Amino acid sequence: MSLAAPDPSAGPAAALRRALASRSFAVGLAITLLVAAVALISLIWTPYDVTHLVVADRMQPPSLAHPFGTDHLGRDVLSMIMLGARNSIAVALVAVAIGMGVGVPLGTFAAARGGLADELLMRFSDLVFAFPALLSAIMITAIFGPGAVNAIIAIGIFNIPVFARVARAGALSLWPREFVLAARAAGKGPTLITVEHILPNITNLLLVQGTIQFALGILAEAGLSYLGLGAQPPMPSWGRMLFDAQTRMVVAPWLAIFPGTAIMLTVLGLNLLGDGLADVLDPRLRRRR
Amino acid sequence: MRHLRRFAFHLAAGLLVLATGSAALAARTDLVIGLPLEPPHLDPTAGAAAAIDEVVYANVFEGLTRIGPNGEVEPALAESWTISDDGKTYTFKLHTGVKFHDGSEFSAEDVKFSLDRARADDSTNAQKGLFSAIETVEAVDPATVKVTLKNPQGSFLYNMGWGDAVIVAPESAATNKEKPIGTGPFKFDNWAKGSSVTLSKADGYWGDPVFLDKAEFRIVPDAAAAIPALLSGDVQAFPFFQPDGVAQIEGDPRFKVVIGSTEGETILSINNKKKPFDNIKVRQAIAYALDRKAIIDGASAGLGQPIGSHMAPHNPAYVDLTGVYPHDVEKAKALLKEAGLEKGFKATLKLPPPSYARLGGEIVASQLREIGIDLEIIPVEWADWLEKVFKAKDYDMTIVSHTEPNDIDIYSRKDYYFNYDNPDFDKIIAELDITSDEAKRKELLGQAQKILADDAVVGFLFELPKVGVWDAKLEGMWENAPIQANDLTKVKWTE
Amino acid sequence: MTAYLLKRLAIAALTLVAASLMVFAVLEVLPGDPARLMLGLNASEDAVVALREQMGLDQPMIVRYLAWAGDMLRLDFGRSYTYSVPVIDLVAERLVVSLPLALIALALSTAIALPVGLFAAARRGSAGDTLSMGAAQVGVAVPNFWFALLLIYVFAVWLRWVPAGGFPGWGAGAWPALKALMLPAVALALPQAAILARVTRSALIEVLGEDYIRTARAKGLPQSRVLWRHALRNALIPVLTIIGLQFAFLIAGTVIIENVFYLPGLGRLIFQAITQRDLIVVESVVMLLVAAVIVVNLLVDLSYALVDPRLRTPA
Repeated sequence: MSLAAPDPSAGPAAALRRALASRSFAVGLAITLLVAAVALISLIWTPYDVTHLVVADRMQPPSLAHPFGTDHLGRDVLSMIMLGARNSIAVALVAVAIGMGVGVPLGTFAAARGGLADELLMRFSDLVFAFPALLSAIMITAIFGPGAVNAIIAIGIFNIPVFARVARAGALSLWPREFVLAARAAGKGPTLITVEHILPNITNLLLVQGTIQFALGILAEAGLSYLGLGAQPPMPSWGRMLFDAQTRMVVAPWLAIFPGTAIMLTVLGLNLLGDGLADVLDPRLRRRR
Repeated sequence: MRHLRRFAFHLAAGLLVLATGSAALAARTDLVIGLPLEPPHLDPTAGAAAAIDEVVYANVFEGLTRIGPNGEVEPALAESWTISDDGKTYTFKLHTGVKFHDGSEFSAEDVKFSLDRARADDSTNAQKGLFSAIETVEAVDPATVKVTLKNPQGSFLYNMGWGDAVIVAPESAATNKEKPIGTGPFKFDNWAKGSSVTLSKADGYWGDPVFLDKAEFRIVPDAAAAIPALLSGDVQAFPFFQPDGVAQIEGDPRFKVVIGSTEGETILSINNKKKPFDNIKVRQAIAYALDRKAIIDGASAGLGQPIGSHMAPHNPAYVDLTGVYPHDVEKAKALLKEAGLEKGFKATLKLPPPSYARLGGEIVASQLREIGIDLEIIPVEWADWLEKVFKAKDYDMTIVSHTEPNDIDIYSRKDYYFNYDNPDFDKIIAELDITSDEAKRKELLGQAQKILADDAVVGFLFELPKVGVWDAKLEGMWENAPIQANDLTKVKWTE
Repeated sequence: MTAYLLKRLAIAALTLVAASLMVFAVLEVLPGDPARLMLGLNASEDAVVALREQMGLDQPMIVRYLAWAGDMLRLDFGRSYTYSVPVIDLVAERLVVSLPLALIALALSTAIALPVGLFAAARRGSAGDTLSMGAAQVGVAVPNFWFALLLIYVFAVWLRWVPAGGFPGWGAGAWPALKALMLPAVALALPQAAILARVTRSALIEVLGEDYIRTARAKGLPQSRVLWRHALRNALIPVLTIIGLQFAFLIAGTVIIENVFYLPGLGRLIFQAITQRDLIVVESVVMLLVAAVIVVNLLVDLSYALVDPRLRTPA
């Protein structure tokens, strides 16, 4: 079957209906919007100024004044979580954009052209990919210094080969299919076929991978900042908060609970949203439910 | 509000009591000690890493003298010594019947070899300065060594007690990095790289017998890992525990928390030649802006002692100068205004890895922001710090603990990274170098401290606490850290 | 097939050369003088210069690259500056930790993920599907170092079943060594399993929607036969891609978990070598890892070709 064929369930209105019916989409969207809203609010307001330390107020358990308690330097944990949301989303989002923006064209082009172009592009991709990601990120930050921008670059670079390989694997499995062969027989060039037939059919695969990479991006940022290589103080980051919390697990558990939950919720929300999107955007799958 | 905390603690304590049940009946003779950093190798005469001494000092290797638990000079391989009237000739009487772990005999020739090797031109001894006063070393007979100095040196016996001055044998000197062979009560057993170094009791040790049969130094890199290692009983002692973690251990009857002193003056170093820090008013403003109490609470869990100059509070020559610049934001702002900087300025704060620096840095940045100094925090690794800050002096401010004992003379060193230059101060240090009269020395040291405080050369923060945590049934561990070492010669289990 | 194999091998060799140039160039710009770091704060300038000469750091860059690359070709990986033992010995010591850890984690994750993914795909929309995929979502979302801390506090501090960290070495017996690897393997495997289960499920569902599966069903083939014979086989490409990625990640990307459990693995060796500026260790070990990944990729590519013969002669 060809996707170009008219499909009664493909219109925008139908997509919206399906979206509203999808549980994971609704829950994922709600969580993601919440996290995004929190991040946006932090641009203009947080309950306390986290750059002003009141050390005397340190390690206070949750209370009305500080709903999430205070940390080891007397900062309001809620305010830090809010700023941390901004930091995490920014880093992971840009890193996925880098990965998709470079990786998908590389992968589909390689699959379409085959031969030398395929070899060159995929071997280059393999080359980047062959470097252990986290260790290379550590090296990158050792050279350029730790910070949010370098964390984005480090994570983004390693997203490229992931998307390239997935896009290529997906595209390769489509090229021998009848509808592509038909399009070729009709005299369409590889680029046109890629845009018209390949890309729409690997969106599902890319979306699943995209949500995984976004989740991994949030987690990688947490990991890097846990190692002290992410955003630097006074900008809070969730990973760093967890690092600071772990030596105080027994006496101040809230320091670990809130950032850990924030990471988990955000990643969970994004993944659910991605799954929901996959359902919504792919009528073929939806129909068979 | 405190309930949650209390509850959490009781819960944890309850779980721990449940979990403890199988204690050995006979007194144990094995010990696992946690080390924060792995030694790069095990030859204390060829590297500066404190981790080397933390394993081998007094345990595997011994020197002519040694430093005791409270920083005093004690005899070691030299049972006694005499000093000539001009203070230039030291005659050491050595212990006899001492053997290296490979069975070879220790004699005066080994002493001559070791000292000559350490001060040779191609020596890679990290503390060559310790030996710079030596003119000749002479093995008079197998049990007597005569050392002649170029000029009298008050600290010579202390210097000979450093880990860098231990006695090694010519046959094994080249392989000590991998397989250390010394004269101490413990011999080297095994080094599982990245994991642990194991020592065992040496047969036929010349001195007092030790109690432990086996000692393992296990590398546990950070406080986060150290706490569970201790709570689970994997590791029984952390002589150098991160102050951060103390709150988790305190109140648990299974452990002893011992707060001792170190020689680590923790300071906010300032590049004295760089604008605007070349202006004393700016440095004074910084000194007024710093709130030591908050810094100590936040960066050392309230355990550090405030200092007002570069001298350890437990040193006899210490003068309390913490009141020279009390915390006073208004005065700080006024001084900045006098310096023409009422609008404030931007600067960088480079922070090496230890938690006192990283935590202290965040607090210092917050405090200086209040008077308009906007600090950008740049975390750096030690390699970076040494090259850029220490050597190239490419920095505005940094936080570091100067852990060498009696090191106030660093402020007189030309080209030291403070870029501080005060002829009056240099004169005092020069005089100190040739003074051996204790009272006079104390007076000079007092003057030196006063000058540094008045000039607000750097921000004097606190004396680094030594936090030791170990099993409550363990005895004989060092409380203080006059030098970086884990002397196990008196350590034993009480049951 | 032989021509395909030879071409692949030639490409792998070229990739290695390119990688070696990249590694060397990156380390050239890494700030920090290893000699000074080894001697410390109060070292005299003479001592530092003497040590630099001893380490061969005073040679020009190109000479050092050729010397290093030449040594690597002869399988001589140099001597560590800090440990002063052959790098290959260090690697061997660390591999006996990292390799079993990676294999256990991978086996664990695959053993959990494949059945779960298959089950969920076969019963799409059922309560079991929702539940297992919900669990997978949480598994993906939990930061693994955080999960590791939880494991330590429950199984080491509270229950005392396994050590909180460290590695006794295989010399201490297989059981204590395996015990020490248990928690880290679980901490590593769980998020990987969650990812793999999701990928397996979506790949299967993708394939199940294909025309030929529908044809097979229409022909009256039983569901299980359709699933095993047709669907799984064709879903293996993305699944193998992910397993390949995960193995590469597990062998070297476990720095954080190795830190949490202070395991003397390869990841931590490089991490420490970077901070201590033990350049030769970083260079050689990273190159070895890169070589390992290239070989694994090669194998994955070849297995694609086995699974789907059409790929042997790409268009």
